[in-house]
Amino acid sequence: MNTEQQKKIYQEYIKEVTPSHNIWLNMLKAFVVGGIVCLFGQVLMNWFLSMDIKKEDAGTWTSICLIGTSILLTGLHLFSPIARFAGAGVLVPITGFANSVAAPAIEYKKEGQVFGIGVNIFTISGPVILYGIFSSWLLGVLYYLLQMTGIMGGM
Amino acid sequence: MKKGKASIEFRKKPRILGASSVVGSKEGEGPLGKLFDQVEQDDKFGKKTWEEAESELQKRAAELVIQKAAVAKPSIRYLFAGDLLGQDIATSFGLLDMNIPLFGLYGACSTMGESLSLGSIVMSAGYADYVMCLTSSHFASAEKEFRYPLEYGNQRPACATWTVTGSGAVILGQEGGFAQIAGITTGKIIDYGVRDSQNMGAAMAPAAADTIAQNFKDFQVQPSEYDKIITGDLGKVGQRALLDLLMDQGYDIQKQHMDCGLEIYNMEVQNAEAGGSGCGCAAVTLCSYVLRMIQEKTWKKVLFVPTGALLSKTSFNEGQTIPGIAHAVIIEQVE
Repeated sequence: MNTEQQKKIYQEYIKEVTPSHNIWLNMLKAFVVGGIVCLFGQVLMNWFLSMDIKKEDAGTWTSICLIGTSILLTGLHLFSPIARFAGAGVLVPITGFANSVAAPAIEYKKEGQVFGIGVNIFTISGPVILYGIFSSWLLGVLYYLLQMTGIMGGM
Repeated sequence: MKKGKASIEFRKKPRILGASSVVGSKEGEGPLGKLFDQVEQDDKFGKKTWEEAESELQKRAAELVIQKAAVAKPSIRYLFAGDLLGQDIATSFGLLDMNIPLFGLYGACSTMGESLSLGSIVMSAGYADYVMCLTSSHFASAEKEFRYPLEYGNQRPACATWTVTGSGAVILGQEGGFAQIAGITTGKIIDYGVRDSQNMGAAMAPAAADTIAQNFKDFQVQPSEYDKIITGDLGKVGQRALLDLLMDQGYDIQKQHMDCGLEIYNMEVQNAEAGGSGCGCAAVTLCSYVLRMIQEKTWKKVLFVPTGALLSKTSFNEGQTIPGIAHAVIIEQVE
């Protein structure tokens, strides 16, 4: 049959002939659309601030609005085409996270509230949540130890 | 009659009495759009779920082919059918009401080749007067089974293929018809160690090359024996790999080769990246374009080679490679 050598040659060959998207063009699209998302966020933030809302609360409201918009677009079948164009531009901001939760919820609704939505809602965002919490725990422990040993000043 | 290592030349050649193709809107807008029997604008085919929609596709294709072949339903002895979903559920629920004995198949996207091969063997042996061979795939149910939820925003790489929403069905009989199945070459599982599930053309090309070369050896023919050599869903990357792999073995099929995945969409404007894929891709292209060309006597003899990538979400996540398989069916004009 095929020796390992032949397989390796084939895999190298495939790497060579497989086309890829233009990374510079993708980065430009992501930069422009990501910038628009951030601008939208800033406009919201300023608007909330102008209503005499505290800075911290205004930030929370801005996030909620961005999440809401992203979920609304997901439900209207619009997020996916935008993401195809913009890539990281809409996936990296909080809009991407919202979409990654809303999309499975829509898809698995037909399999029921518990085994459908309940089980599957975090299929994509699960790793982000798990390792996000885990790494913040880890940093917390590290911070505590550094304080204990007096390397870092306590509060 | 056995031929070579992996082929059969039928003494009694099963006839193709009719074929039907039912597709979704995107396929309907493609270059083959006018050739399909039915183009449905509703992606859910009037059903609640994607899986039910795919079952509906099969059901419609089955009912339509019975009409077109003008065969009485009870006289069809066996169904040979399969799809891409876990445990073949599109087939099970789609063909439930047919009331015909079923062989449920899984050959990934090579299923149309597998079903035609098995159907022809049974026909040629005289164990049935009529059999039906069919398969289906649906973009949304396949995305759910193998990739992400439909509304999840992600960028598809340039080598990714787009699963065809469609079902194709063929009825084989003993007499009549405009085309016949002269022989088959059955593919084996071939693994060249490709691991990228977004580059299935690359994973399947070695299997297609192996089956096609085996066919040439078993029947002692050259590529020029066929007017067309038609692979299922290799796409741009897979086509190039196939041509190069066969060239290495001394076969130049550049003139004859056609890939259903490259025919079904208008690649520039339809966002299909490297081409179409799925069981339905080869099936509906066969049942519309290919058989029409044979019927119109433009092509005399073709080698139809649907290709399948043998992976699941689990095997992929567990780090397995993606083996391929391809089944060849020789289809020719009735003199």
